[in-house]
Amino acid sequence: MKVGVLIFPGTWSHQDFAHALQDILGCDWGYVWHKDTSVAGYDCLVLPGGFAHGDYLRGGAIARFSPIMEAVVRFAKSGGPVIGSCNGFQILCEAGLLPGALLRNTSLQYRCRWVYIRTESTATPLTRTLAPGQILKIPISHGEGRYFAAPETLAALRANDRIVFRYATPDGRITAEANPNGALDNIAGVCNEGRNVVGLMPHPERAAERLLGSEDGRRLLESLLAAATRP
Amino acid sequence: MLEARIYVTLKKSVLDPQGETVRSGLASLGFTTVQDCRVGKFLVLRLNEADAAAAKTKVDEMCRKLLANPVIEDYVFQIDEVRG
Repeated sequence: MKVGVLIFPGTWSHQDFAHALQDILGCDWGYVWHKDTSVAGYDCLVLPGGFAHGDYLRGGAIARFSPIMEAVVRFAKSGGPVIGSCNGFQILCEAGLLPGALLRNTSLQYRCRWVYIRTESTATPLTRTLAPGQILKIPISHGEGRYFAAPETLAALRANDRIVFRYATPDGRITAEANPNGALDNIAGVCNEGRNVVGLMPHPERAAERLLGSEDGRRLLESLLAAATRP
Repeated sequence: MLEARIYVTLKKSVLDPQGETVRSGLASLGFTTVQDCRVGKFLVLRLNEADAAAAKTKVDEMCRKLLANPVIEDYVFQIDEVRG
């Protein structure tokens, strides 16, 4: 079981993922540079947060044309688990692997703080071992995290259990106050039709040990590792 | 030499808090007749191209593939002859 952690110029959360995977979870992992053209040998791919290619034009707009993305798309289409967090989520949307887009926060301000998210679907590699409705305390760190999708796309996401996380109060209520960026329907994470590609704005790798204030992100990474382990 | 002037704007259905902030800034300066404001992007491309029709096809493809995100944005452009 080996996790590939992608790095684009401007990615900043790769070392946090590496620390969580290696030092906390003890799993095999490796960096994948954006100019690489193969993901052979990896059982699971992670696109970390940051500002790939400076977020020029739009977050993820340039990164989706990095050479590695063709291999990522092939890996995803063949059913391999692909997770995008924060900027990684933006890249997966721009690449067409996930529906919708991420817009400037309604507040127009960068938000770096703890949020609570409610697990809406457990039928994804990232949430398989969680309880339905489980509340997670995980930080966000973004200026452009307002999820948007056209009405017909949102209807399809709802109808097919593809909204994976929603911003909630600590006791699990979906309110406007709990929504840190104005996201449509409080959406914090979604998955693709095949359910193997998941994007979320929060940073699970930054909440993987008690020292950092929460171990809830670790639950997600453990679920991912369990799902990606070949029998 | 041709020049393409491309305007990329958020779709009408997409909330534009930046535009609303600019509108309220204008209102506080006394420009109260401004009913709505949308902030977008303006791109100027110089094209080493002689045929305007071919350039139009290419610029449209550029907009669809990279310069605008069809999920959230609309675009319009004009192409003019300029001195190289």
